[in-house]
Amino acid sequence: MSLATAARLARRELRGGLRGFRIFLACLALGVAAIAGVGSVRSAIEAGLADQGAILLGGDAQAEFTYRFANKEERAWLDSVADRVSEVTDFRSMVVVTRDGVTERGLTQVKSVDGAYPLLGDIILDPEMPLDLALVDQGAVMAPVLADRLGLVTGDTFRLGTQTFTLRATITSEPDDAGDGFGLGPRTIVTTEDLQGSGLLSAGSLFETQYRMDLPAGTDLTQLADEARARFEASGLSWRDARNGAPGIAQFVDRLGRFLVLVGLSGLAVGGIGVSAAVRAYLARKTSVIATLRTLGATRDVIFLTYFIQIGVLSLVGIVLGLVLGASVPLLFAPLISDALPMPAVFTLYAGPLWEAALYGVLTALLFTLWPLARAEDVRAATLFRDALDTSRTLPAGRYLVATAVLLAGLVGVAAVFSGNPALTLWTAAGLLGALILLVVAAALIRSLARRTRAAAHGRPALRWALGAIGSPRENASAVVLSLGLGLSVLAAIGQIDGNLRSAIERDLPDVAPSYFFVDIQRDQMPGYLERLENDPAVSRIDSAPMLRGIITRINGRPAAETAGTHWVLQGDRGVTYAAQPDERTTVTSGAWWPEDYSGPPQVSFAAEEGAEMGLKLGDEITINILGRDITAEITSFREVDFSTAGIGFILTMNPSALAGAPHTFISTVYAEEAAEAQILRDLAGSYPNITAIRVRDAIDRVSDLLAGIGEAVRWGAAATLVTGFLVLIGAAAAGEGARTYESAVLKTLGAERARILKSFALRSALLGGGAGLVALAAGVAGGWAVMTFVMETSFAIIWTNAAAVILGGILATLAAGMIFAWRPLATRPARVLRARE
Amino acid sequence: MSDPVLSLQDVTLSLRGNAGTVEILHGISLEVAAGETVGLIGPSGSGKSSLLMVMGGLERATSGQVSALGHDLTALDEDALARFRRDHMGVVFQSFHLIPTMTALENVATPLELAGHQDAFDQAQDMLSRVGLGHRADHYPAQMSGGEQQRTALARALAPKPGILLADEPTGNLDGSNGAAIMDLLMGLSAEHGATLVLVTHATDLAARCDRVVRLRDGRVDSSQQGMRAAG
Repeated sequence: MSLATAARLARRELRGGLRGFRIFLACLALGVAAIAGVGSVRSAIEAGLADQGAILLGGDAQAEFTYRFANKEERAWLDSVADRVSEVTDFRSMVVVTRDGVTERGLTQVKSVDGAYPLLGDIILDPEMPLDLALVDQGAVMAPVLADRLGLVTGDTFRLGTQTFTLRATITSEPDDAGDGFGLGPRTIVTTEDLQGSGLLSAGSLFETQYRMDLPAGTDLTQLADEARARFEASGLSWRDARNGAPGIAQFVDRLGRFLVLVGLSGLAVGGIGVSAAVRAYLARKTSVIATLRTLGATRDVIFLTYFIQIGVLSLVGIVLGLVLGASVPLLFAPLISDALPMPAVFTLYAGPLWEAALYGVLTALLFTLWPLARAEDVRAATLFRDALDTSRTLPAGRYLVATAVLLAGLVGVAAVFSGNPALTLWTAAGLLGALILLVVAAALIRSLARRTRAAAHGRPALRWALGAIGSPRENASAVVLSLGLGLSVLAAIGQIDGNLRSAIERDLPDVAPSYFFVDIQRDQMPGYLERLENDPAVSRIDSAPMLRGIITRINGRPAAETAGTHWVLQGDRGVTYAAQPDERTTVTSGAWWPEDYSGPPQVSFAAEEGAEMGLKLGDEITINILGRDITAEITSFREVDFSTAGIGFILTMNPSALAGAPHTFISTVYAEEAAEAQILRDLAGSYPNITAIRVRDAIDRVSDLLAGIGEAVRWGAAATLVTGFLVLIGAAAAGEGARTYESAVLKTLGAERARILKSFALRSALLGGGAGLVALAAGVAGGWAVMTFVMETSFAIIWTNAAAVILGGILATLAAGMIFAWRPLATRPARVLRARE
Repeated sequence: MSDPVLSLQDVTLSLRGNAGTVEILHGISLEVAAGETVGLIGPSGSGKSSLLMVMGGLERATSGQVSALGHDLTALDEDALARFRRDHMGVVFQSFHLIPTMTALENVATPLELAGHQDAFDQAQDMLSRVGLGHRADHYPAQMSGGEQQRTALARALAPKPGILLADEPTGNLDGSNGAAIMDLLMGLSAEHGATLVLVTHATDLAARCDRVVRLRDGRVDSSQQGMRAAG
């Protein structure tokens, strides 16, 4: 009965329309729209990747081998299952251009192809010509950026290893480019046949061979993948098919998308504060109505349900608005977004992200409206005869506290499921909750500080009024500090993390990182190579190690994934080296290194941190597939490996005899003065054309560019949070407009000029904004410090430009919101306002 | 009669509302001498509070002349009117109109601060003590009774020692004993400061305590007669 009564009462009250709920609706709609929008774009990209999977992959399926070609048995099987097979090798090398006695070099990612390439899609060249025509007779095509950098034009010649090629065209579009993931150098395409004399594909060189397949129509990809894995996984075959043509990009988009949804959730939390404030203000206006209903016999349940239904209906309106906005904006801007994206996307209406956003919206609305709604049922009939603001009880009844805890757990749980990364979700939730608690405490402190310090402002009435207003419970200071503070905290944390990460990579890393990585150094080249460097006073350090690559396939005889799940060490192949003795920089953390002349069963020293993450212990046996051969070794020691300095670091180091006979090359890092780098490269590349040099500064630039792109995306996500925060500010300012109008009228009566009143309004806005900015900065810095210290394990320093921007942003945002609503209080004649209150 | 402190010549006031324009005052002419106390009475809607607002420059007359202490209030802009009130006028309202975010002491000190008094808080404390609220200086309006709030409002109005005191039904929201106490304070303190007092009230007995009683009806001066104070 109470539900029917409440529904009737709610319907009558809702006849008043949505007046006073604009901010409520905007906060909820914007938060939901941001999440729905991010999810829709992510779905569009995922659909695009799935749609174009075969083209991105370069075939219906692909078998890949690490620095070897398929053997006869493997190739025969590939030919038997496919209509056509195309063999492609992929490796890094140096493009060498000699012009007028001057030699220039550029790192490139070489793709050598056969006549069948590309199986799917078209390579578009400039000038337009078929690829096979461009590659004939030592022909090559190249990414325009590399040609420009080296000053190459069509018809010019260059060397790859010892082989000379002629540039026939530049690459306008390469269909399978996105499928290859992150490459350090721009693309050069030649034929595999022409590389035979280059020395680049010799045994032990670092290259990958991919066999792209055009499969008969109706082939069951799952069944084929299972068969390929069953037959060849032990020999190091890595299988991909068109269902996931560009796994690197798909994973990147998926992760970034999920992370952005978490950022969007913080926006929804900020919106929740606005929603909560709007409901409180609404219920404060309704106090006399509630008290009257209580006088007429309405029970607590009826009162709660009456307003719960009203707020529920309004929440649904807000959520639907958000869903419409979040779904339609990506559709409307589809052409623009498609142009900006480096990967295909299919823009249409996706139900999944909309459901996800709706669920977040419902949970957030419930979470943030429950407490104010619970307060409504506490209104007693006697309130009619007293001040409406009865703040005797601050906490709602126990059942609402339990419901709040359940909702909070539900929201975090749902986010953990959707994000696919419970740890990140929990940390984000903890960060948000921590920031909220900090902001609540800070808001109370700011108010208390304002009350205490206003005595010191005697003689400066504008300041004293401002402090008095901030200290008063009526000024909505808490809503301002919470909403703006949370938005700014997210922005500050992102700014601090982004700044520190970039500073670590761009400024600190070059100080500790080597100048060059040289790879593919043949054993017989090592003495000459070392002689050139050891005699150079500009070189401070040379580290060299034999380099093989292998895939960990089994741990203690069982498939590796059963023990270590999806740990990154198991994703693809890893570098493997061997050493008779640990060098002076190696610290063995447990176990013992093998004797120098050890020639018994294979032993391996494993990276300590990664080993612990994978659950490995001394005595475990791991099977590593190297060049198609399984080597099973016992873990006899763990050692520290520091990957943060970009030096040589191997997860796996084996005893020398374990890898005896496996063809391999050497990898070497050279630490040299920057001024000497160019000469070292000239000398070494001149003497050893097959060696590939990777300039670490260039690699750092690539990583920095990538980080800048991610940072940009995250900042856009955070901007939605800030816009929501600004909406809440506007809501708070709008809610305070009546009080300010009244205050202004009284002050004018007492002789205050408008400029002085305006100054006081501006001061309170600026002080609150500055306060919120300072607290946000503290929260952001704490978050940034935690991420850099515990996640990135690097040093942290406050990025002061970001800090200043956050504080200034806080001040400007509150000033803007405050000033929008200062006009009416200043313009209204005192008599009208005061008479209205008589 | 000496030079009038307040002078209204053919003042009209029309207010535009949702239901159209309402004529409130119809050509009111009135003069109040220095130190005089005038009681404005009349039935509800007769325009007495509006007339008081016009006298204080809180409402702008639609036509006619309003001058106070020789200043033509109709020629002053909003800020000039504020400065004039700061220097010469105190206003007491039926609903007190204390600023809720300020303590009693701060409320009383505000007009003194606006006038640039260095010892604003000392004077405010003195004034609060004069109205019997020295011990309530740190209380907020919400923490005080109606009578205490009105005494604070009276202290605030009189603290800058204004030449003119306008009081709009100052006892309207108070019970009998509190109302009587406020009236005693109002009359006593304004006399002590030599202020000219214009008092709007429903109660004829209160108005009668003034030098002159002006009765309004339908926005016009209906009658003007000596009060008990002048008669007595």
